[in-house]
This record gives sequence, structure tokens and C-alpha cells, in this order.
Amino acid sequence: MKYLLVEDNQELANAVSSRMRLDGHVVDHAATLEDASAFVETGEYDLILLDIMLPDGDGREFLKRHRASERDTPVIVLTARSEVSDRIGLLDLGADDYLTKPFDHAELEARCRAVLRRMAGKSRSVVSMGGVVFDPLAGHLTVNGEVVQLRNRELRLLEQLLGAPGQILSKQKLADRLFSYDDDASENAIEVYIGRLRKHLEASSLKITTLRGLGYRLDQDG
Amino acid sequence: MARLPVSGSLRNQLVVSLIGGAALLALLLFLVTRNFAAQVAQEGQDSILGAAAASILDAAAIHDGQVEIDLPYASFSMLANASDDRVFYAIYRDDTFLSGYEGLDAPANQADGQPTFQSTEFNGADVRVVTDTRTLIGADDRTQIRIVLAQTQDQLAGTLERISRNAALLGAGFFALAALLSFWATSTTIGQLKTLTQSVTRRGPQDLSAFRKPVPTEMAPLVTSLNSLMGRLDQSLRQSEDFIAEAAHRVRTPLATVRAHAEATLQRVDKAENRQALRAMVRAIDESSRAASQLLDHAMITVRADHLTLQDVDLAELVGDLVQRLTPVADMKDLDLAFQAEGAVPILGDPVQIQNAVRNLIDNALKYAPPESTVEIAVWRGPRPNVTIQDRGPGFPLHEMDTLTARFKRGRNAEGTIGSGLGLTIAHDVAAAHDGALTLENREGGGACVCLSF
Amino acid sequence: MRLPVILMLMVMPVLAYAQDWEDRRLFNPSASGTVLRILSSTDTAVFAPIIEAFVAETPETGVEYLVTSTAEIDRLFRADPGAYDVVVSSAMDLQLKLANDGYALRLNDVAHPSWAQWRQSLFAFTAEPAAIVINRAAFAGRDIPKTRQDLIRQMRDHPEIFRNKIGTYDIRKSGLGYLFATQDARASETYWRLMEVMGGLGAQLYCCSGDMIDDLASGRLVMAYNVLGSYAAARLVPGGALETILPSDFPITMMRTAFVSKDTGASGAATGFVQHLLSGEGGDGGAEAPLPPLDSASQGSTIVLEPALMTFLDTLKRRRFLTEWENAIIQK
Repeated sequence: MKYLLVEDNQELANAVSSRMRLDGHVVDHAATLEDASAFVETGEYDLILLDIMLPDGDGREFLKRHRASERDTPVIVLTARSEVSDRIGLLDLGADDYLTKPFDHAELEARCRAVLRRMAGKSRSVVSMGGVVFDPLAGHLTVNGEVVQLRNRELRLLEQLLGAPGQILSKQKLADRLFSYDDDASENAIEVYIGRLRKHLEASSLKITTLRGLGYRLDQDG
Repeated sequence: MARLPVSGSLRNQLVVSLIGGAALLALLLFLVTRNFAAQVAQEGQDSILGAAAASILDAAAIHDGQVEIDLPYASFSMLANASDDRVFYAIYRDDTFLSGYEGLDAPANQADGQPTFQSTEFNGADVRVVTDTRTLIGADDRTQIRIVLAQTQDQLAGTLERISRNAALLGAGFFALAALLSFWATSTTIGQLKTLTQSVTRRGPQDLSAFRKPVPTEMAPLVTSLNSLMGRLDQSLRQSEDFIAEAAHRVRTPLATVRAHAEATLQRVDKAENRQALRAMVRAIDESSRAASQLLDHAMITVRADHLTLQDVDLAELVGDLVQRLTPVADMKDLDLAFQAEGAVPILGDPVQIQNAVRNLIDNALKYAPPESTVEIAVWRGPRPNVTIQDRGPGFPLHEMDTLTARFKRGRNAEGTIGSGLGLTIAHDVAAAHDGALTLENREGGGACVCLSF
Repeated sequence: MRLPVILMLMVMPVLAYAQDWEDRRLFNPSASGTVLRILSSTDTAVFAPIIEAFVAETPETGVEYLVTSTAEIDRLFRADPGAYDVVVSSAMDLQLKLANDGYALRLNDVAHPSWAQWRQSLFAFTAEPAAIVINRAAFAGRDIPKTRQDLIRQMRDHPEIFRNKIGTYDIRKSGLGYLFATQDARASETYWRLMEVMGGLGAQLYCCSGDMIDDLASGRLVMAYNVLGSYAAARLVPGGALETILPSDFPITMMRTAFVSKDTGASGAATGFVQHLLSGEGGDGGAEAPLPPLDSASQGSTIVLEPALMTFLDTLKRRRFLTEWENAIIQK
């Protein structure tokens, strides 16, 4: 996925974009509205993350212009202002969703996914491997033609595993991606979700191998 | 809303003072008219009496020192009237009684031919008396003839009664007309106030702009004050909101940076104690950011509570939007949000406040609900419009239910969960501002049930 | 209330006998209730039918009818207004002065035309012209005088017929005579010439109309001036000796008036009597000489009920008038 991050705070921008790149996304960063406009003119983005308070103007102005230009790139607004006073105005101006700073990266991801799912059909990336077809946006897993609806945590776990087939992923890393920090979940809870995925994948040639003390690895038979 | 204490009615005051004034004027009109007419009538009688007296004096003559008065028949004849007033007279020569009614006397203090009038009593009747003199010059002496002529006042009394009746009618007519006019004038005047009141009432809740319509001079100061008050209110409201927004921005942006860095770092760190520290850091940031949010929300709600902007709100639509927006968050925890509403549920309220309260309540439910459970949210129309939020979490500790809505009070079983303890307080305050109620219950089979009714 | 009435009734006969009445009659002596004392100048014979009709209607009321001259009525009544209940007199001036002086009771319930009453207290109930009555025999072969001028001419042309045979009121004694004389004098200077002529012919002076008519009938007089025509009517037989002439130059009509004493002890009965008088009942039926009722048509010649009537009662005026009259009629 290709994201445009419009954020004047350099530190925050670096932190957010490095994290997103870690998930395998492409991120362009614009620090001003002017830059943002330039990026939008030249490039094609799947999603725009837009800050409201920018040095050369109000992000809402950009939003207004963006909608007026009939581009349908979805926009998620990142706001540091009170939710109470801003909510209605933002949605009225055509934002697809918004997020109040500071935000949980997992929530940002979830919201991006929800917005993209609503825009479904345009640039759907489907992963196909070992008799399994996985649609991460819709949360569908098709095993031998049979559709399985995954729960969110199962989906994210599978996404991790499918992203790095044949590599060992530590329990820690997987837990970081699955649980938010206020969830009272231990790394052992991962085993429950691994168990569920194994059950879903039984009929396929994909297999999750446990490497005691190291983590898990997705393998393909044959 | 509390009823404004009322001290009297401007309309009644106006009507009473105008009608009172009219009554006073009518009475004055009556008295003046009657007095004037009485005076004219009295002058009429006086002039006839004076003429009669003069004609009698004219008939006086002196012959060889002997006074002769050939009383003209017309003198008394001219005094005849419809009321058959009685007539008395006395003729004196140098204060010696000559003829007529003895005992009828009145001094003449004027020169000859200048009658003096007075009202007195004679023979048991109220009479008007004229006195006039004439000096006769004989061969070798001068003598003064004095005529005292009196007439009862029956005719005058009748005339007076008639005049009084007419004057009273005139006064009453004047009063009735003035009363009608005062009612008309009062309602016209009060009408201007009503017009102003209506244009204030018709305004939308956010409309704090100044009045520009022309008003009567007397009301201009009031409208000016009203405009200035609204201007200040608008400014202070804007300032407060701007301040809160600015404060939020200032607090949240650095927090967001720190959090993002901490999260990114966590991805690269393997050592258990470092990870523990980073996680603690993130949790602390979350906690302070949430607290900041709720504090600011609470402040915003307090600012707005002073001028609650009531408007028609569809509670079902409002809660439905919220549920949709919170679905991604619920998804992350593998929680289902089940929303149920029985069609539109219209209420009169402040949408921003209600939304805030409901969001806090759903946040709470999401926080406490166990994974892969369902949080049920429903909007009901009756008996009072309400929102219920039910989860399968631990529920409320029984002995703390009464104190949970107090500021910063968290349930004892909330340890380990991020929260400021303001969520229920906010919901409670919003309920109170809408004359509603917040009810906390534990569900059968475990879990909390919160009901926000309006 | 009752005791004074009884006392008064007991004292009245004493007073009555002390007075020398021309006539005095008690009607309905068996009456159980009030006895009205009526002071009148009208001959009993003329008035009796009216009173009889009244007592017939109200049998419990008795009437004591006292007759004297008009001047005497004025004197007697002023002396003791409580002794009489109703006063009836032909001397309008004296009656009006009594009313003006407050001796008459105001009767608000009595409805009567305004020209025939004064202050709702003095009520007129007849219209009686002053007449010239002649003995037809004396005028045999000559024109009957129609006016005062005619009369003066005839007296000047034929003094022998009239000398010592002319009668008129002694206005010093008769109130009615004085009233007629003053009204005549007011109306025309002719009066004084008439008086001078009559004085020159040795006019006889009378106190009352009745006496004059008696003397006319007996032939002692050939002509009486200013006699009450109503009295003469009794003696008028068609084709008889007497003839009444109403002078056509200026007729004078007197109204007989009545009032209730303000000191009456029987205002109810007295008012009833006045109302009976005004109703005219008994005034004509069966009487030998009915009193002529009020006639609004003769208003022009009628003496007006007004305070001016008191003019000639003024002491100075009266003295002056009587002096002139005496100078005219009494020629020594």
C-alpha cells in the first residue's frame, strides 16, 4: 500500500512512517500543505493521513480542496484537538475517518484497514499460497475453495506469518502486533491464536511450525 | 429550566397608570365642567336678579320728602321660571324698612347701580340675594334706597343636576375612550417587546450574532446591552474552546511522538526488561493522554453546559454513528459491537455532549469486556428515551455503585486497565444536564449494564 | 302624632265660635276619622256639591267648611296656619303670596298642568271671568255695552240712569276686588277713567259679589262692575232681569286656587281633597251654580300664577294704588 503522511512534526512523522514501512507499506511524508498538494498532483496514493494544524494552513482547507478535485483517495485525519468540537466538522468536510493523537499504531492500522475495506475493489492485494487465498482487507481466507471468516487477531497473525514465509517470528514480536498495551494478554495467549490458525489451515499445504524457545514459522509442504 | 422570578407586569403597570390617569383626568374634567357650568348658571340667575333689582330702584321716586316706589309688575315677572322659584324682597330707606319681607336684609357695600350678590338662607330656603342701592335727591335732602331681592335656587339646582349628569356622562365617555386608547397604546408598546422576544427565541442555539433590526429608541439600550452581552458570550465561548483545543494540541502532539517512538523501539528490542520498561512507558503515555482527553472533554462540556444548546437529535442515529466509528477498535480486541435501535428516537438535547457521554460508556465497556465477547448497545424509545450498554466484563463492585460517578473514582477491580475515572462522571453530568439519569446495574450471568436515559 | 290632632280638634270649636264666620257648615258629621277644616271664600251653596261628592267617596272623612272674605282668609290663616287643613280662595295674589311665604305644602304626587299650578303647592281648579252684570230693564231700548269704552260713554250720556245705581268691589276690603282692579289697571288706563266716571256717579262699594247680585236683582243697582260671572249665573234665568257681559276689549279671568296648609295634621285627607277638587267631580253635577272648570283656551286672558302677583301687595304700591283709587271713586 502507498500512503501519504501529511504531518509537520518531524519526530512523529519519522516514528509513524518507520513503523509503517516496517509493515511493508510505502510512505511519502509531506511537512506542509504545499508539499502535500505537490505529492498528490504527481503520485497516486491508496490513503492519505492528514494532520490538521500545519504551519502553512489548516488541514481542513486541504481536505476541502481535495474533495472538490474529485479525487477519491480516502483521507484519515490525525487530530490533536478535542474530539468533541472537531468530529462533526471533519466528517462533514469529507474525511473518511479520524484519529486523535496520541494513537495506538494498531488502531491506526485497524482504521486504515476499515477505510480501505470500504473502498474495496480498487487495488485489492490478494495473497495466494499453497492452496490458500487470503484477502487481508476483507478478512477472508479461502482454503480449497472453502471460505473461512477470520477474527481480527487471527487475521493479523496470519498476515504476519504470510508476510515472512519460512522465517522464524518470535512470540514477542507477534504479541506486540496482536495486543494493545492495555490488553492484559501474555505472550502465551499467542498459542491460542496459533492453534486456531492451524485448524483453519489443516486442509491446505500450509503449516505453522513451533520452534520451541524461538517462535513460529510458516512452512509449505512439498 | 428554572422559572425567572417575575415582579409585576409592564403591561399591567402601563394600563393601570394610564387608566388611573384617565380616571383622574375624567374626574377633573367632570369637576371643572360642572363648576364652570354652575358658575355660568349662577351668573345667569344673578343677572336676572340684578336686572329686577335695578328695575325696582328705577321706579323709586321722592315726592315732598315721601318715598314712593311704583313696583313694576315686570320686576317680579322676569323672575318667574319653570321651577316656580320663590321670591322675597325688602326695600329700605336709609336702613329703615319700608316694605316687603321684614328680616330680609343684606348690606350693600358697592356704589349705586352696582349690585352685590350672595348666597344665604331666608324663610327656611337657600336663596340667592342681590342688593343694590340708589340715591334719590330731593328738594333739600339726599336719601338712599336699598333693595334686597332674593330668589330660591330650585331652578338652579335643577340646572346643576342636569349639567352634573351631562358632565358625568362626558367624564365617563372620556374615561371609556381613554381606557380603550390606553389598552391599544399598551399592546402596541408591549408588541415591540414581544417582537424582540420572538426574534431572540427563534434564533438557533449557535446564533450569537448581534441584532440588526431597527427597534424603538427606548429599547435601543436594551438591545445594545443584549448585543454586547451576546458578543462577550460568543467571544468567551470561542476563547474557551480555542484554549481547550490549543491545550489539547500542545499536550497530545508530543505524547504522540513519544508513543510512536516507543512502539517502534519495542519492535527492535528483545531484552525482556527493556521491553517491560517500554511497555510501561506506552501504558503511561496512554493513561496520561486519556486523562488529558477526558479532562479536556469534561472542561468542554462544562463550558457548554452553561448554555446547553438543545436541538432535535435522533438518538438512534447518533449512537449508530458512534458504534460504527468504534467498530475498528472493537475489532482489534476481537469484540463484537451489537447495535439495536427501534427506529428513530427523537429527543431534545446537545448532540456533542450526548455523543461524548455515550462514547465514554462504550469505551468503558470495550475496556472491561473479555475477548471475543459481544458488547450490546441498544437505543429504546420508552418509557423514556434511553441508551443501554451491556458487556460481559466483571461488572461493578456492589458496594461502590453509588460512588462510581464521583470524579476520578475508579472501580476497585479496574487496576491494570487504563482510565482516568472520568468516564462515568462525564456521562453522569451529561445526564444531569438533560434532566436524565445514569443507572448502573450488574447483569445476571456477569457483566455491567449501564443505562443513560433522558 | 295622634294626641296633637285630638287636642287641636278639641280647641278648634272654641276658635271657630270666637270667629264671626260668613258661613260655617259641617259635612258628614258622623265621620269616624279626620275632620278637614277648609277655609274658603266661596259661598257654601256653590261649593257644597263638591264637598258632598268628596265625603261620599271617603265616608270616614268629615269636612268643616268655613267661609269668610279673601282678605280675612289671609289674615286668619297667617295667624294660625295649623288650624286649617285646606285653603280655597279666589284671591290669587294673596294665595300666591301665602305659597311664596312657605305656608303651602308641596304635593309632589299631584299631576296638574304647569300653567295651572305653582311650585306643586298652589293649584288652580276654576277659570272665572270678571264680568259686568246689568239689570236688563235699565238698558231697555239701548245697546248693551260690550266694552269698557261703551260703558263709559253710556254712563256719560245718561248719568241719570246710573247715578247711585252702580256697584263695584270695595277693593280695600275685598281681596278679589283688589286683584281685579290691579289687573284692570295693569291692562289699560281705561280703568282709571272708568273709575272716575263711576266715582262721579256715586258708585256703591260692596264687599262681595253675592250682595251686588242681590241688589241688581232687586233693582237697587242697574250695573255692577267686575262681578264674578259664576255667581251671577245662579240668578240668570233665560229672559230674566239680569245679563252678564264679558267685556270684549280685555277680559280678565281669575282662577280659584287651593293649597294644603304646611302645618296640617291630616295631609293625606287634605291632599285627597285637593285631588278631588282638581278632578272636577261634583263641580257641575246637580249644582245650582257650578264652578266653571279650567279651560286652557282662555289662558290668554287668565291672570298668570307667578311671583309678580305679589307686586300690588307691596305696602308702598298698595298704598299708592288705594290712594289713586280712592281719589277716583270717592268724590266728596
